[in-house]
Amino acid sequence: MDLISATKLSVDSRVKQACFNLKKGEMLGLIGPNGAGKSTLLNSLAGLEKFTGELQINGQVFDSLSPKQRARLVGLQPQIMDSIWSLSVSDIVGLGRIPWGDANNDAIQCAMRKAKVTEFAERRIDHLSGGERARVWLARAFAGEPLILLSDEPIASLDIHFQLEVMKVLKGYAKEHHGVIVALHDLSLAARFCDRLCLMHEGEIVSQGTAEEVLTNPLLSNVYGVDVEVDLEHSPPIILAK
Amino acid sequence: MPRSMDLEPGNPVTTMATFLIPVLSLSILLVTWFSLGLGSVPVPVVDGLWDWLHGAQSHEALIIGEVRLPRTLLALSVGAALGFSGAALQGLLRNPLAEPGLVGASQGAALGAATVFYFGLFAGLGSLATAAAGLLGATATLFIMLMLAGSGHPALVIMAGLAISTLAGAALAVVLNFAPNPYAMQELVFWLLGSVSNRGLDSLWVLLPALLIGGSLIWWQRRLLAALSLGDRIAESMGLSVARGSRLIALGTAILIGASVSVAGNIGFVGLLVPHIMRPWVNHRPERLLIPSAMLGAILVCMADICVRAIPSGTELKLGVLTSLLGAPLFIWLVWKERRRWI
Repeated sequence: MDLISATKLSVDSRVKQACFNLKKGEMLGLIGPNGAGKSTLLNSLAGLEKFTGELQINGQVFDSLSPKQRARLVGLQPQIMDSIWSLSVSDIVGLGRIPWGDANNDAIQCAMRKAKVTEFAERRIDHLSGGERARVWLARAFAGEPLILLSDEPIASLDIHFQLEVMKVLKGYAKEHHGVIVALHDLSLAARFCDRLCLMHEGEIVSQGTAEEVLTNPLLSNVYGVDVEVDLEHSPPIILAK
Repeated sequence: MPRSMDLEPGNPVTTMATFLIPVLSLSILLVTWFSLGLGSVPVPVVDGLWDWLHGAQSHEALIIGEVRLPRTLLALSVGAALGFSGAALQGLLRNPLAEPGLVGASQGAALGAATVFYFGLFAGLGSLATAAAGLLGATATLFIMLMLAGSGHPALVIMAGLAISTLAGAALAVVLNFAPNPYAMQELVFWLLGSVSNRGLDSLWVLLPALLIGGSLIWWQRRLLAALSLGDRIAESMGLSVARGSRLIALGTAILIGASVSVAGNIGFVGLLVPHIMRPWVNHRPERLLIPSAMLGAILVCMADICVRAIPSGTELKLGVLTSLLGAPLFIWLVWKERRRWI
């Protein structure tokens, strides 16, 4: 049984007739230019956007789930995260337990270990660097122990060290019998870490499959409007605009 | 390594948080004691209370039970309502400058109460009429403000609050303008300045249910207040109903503000400053801020009322005037501090 099975999923004109699935243990990369509909698709899966079409989460019809049930299955890490109050890291991670209505300390500690934030657990969020914060937001999402984690451009403003760290942590989470969908702009990292890729363009999924199937020069050049150099043989894979 | 210090069990913030509620409770008892003991005539507090509770018609019982006790309890409850609503509003609007007065709710409540005062509306409700009107006014202004502010962007919330409080202020000026006689106007202006003197125990029957109902509504939604720290999208994605919960918190806040304004007029800045003082003591958590803010609000308003009574003057300085005099400079300091975040 697939974790997510979506058929003809549409969100007004921003996502058109998307059909895709997510398997257990899989990390699915969502790629495409700005405005392609990646965030809208993720938000609709998290219940933040109304959609038409069929969607099943872990075999259950999406509309039959209560908001609480949905939140326990699907965790969302939006593109922009911030805390208005100067909360401590452990308190922010604790907020991730809200779908369960408890303060399960084991889950919180485990999430902090996974995201490697334990060493600054009692520091305040506004005293942390961008890379440290990115991991705190991840830990917050992990604390809810969602079966499916949706992560929207988690590495957008990080240096290459933290980019790798975050991708490894996400991959590790997917491997623990969960599923991860991650929207990315860095195609090289997408090729390197994702099991499968969905390429979106103007609201449509124009191609999906393995890196070899999706990251082809003609397809990428057409979608991004620039000539693209693709070398998937290289370790790590290289995909760059010429 | 300095970081590991934070993880030790003796973390000063944790230790302070453990003692917070007992210390505040003790302070409430002390300030109540002091307030009961203060007056033009020295009266033994214990004897007076004892006599009053047993229905004895002694001189002490009269002074303590009929004059000082209502005033003290009223000051405590008004302060608690203001502190609680301030903490709830700041959490709901995700804005450290939100305050009953700044979002227009106090003016709305005052307008409602003043209108009833003049036109004799809701006559069937008797002494509850002004409270009901204050509640209606506060609810209306708060909901219009929330609609106008929409997304809850900090700057927009303040602008919407300013617009609505200006509107309510203008409408209040119209009511004053057409006051039937100068005495009525004077009475109204004095009431608006804010005071807890010369109100009987009856007023408590407005305030206590309001504290209970308004406080419970907000307390019930404390998880939402916590989740809103990370924004409404995150709260929604975690399975909370943000729209419904926000309305309940706004309603709870309006009940608290409506009741306290209809009983004691405008007592400014308490709802703004109290959550600020308490925030570092509760690790900045908005849901943990509620009860300590109510307690400190009670303490500060009662202390301010003690000051009002202790200042020797012919005409008594109004409580609301004193809190504004003390609160405004602190507000300026807050704006100065917040400036760094906004620029």
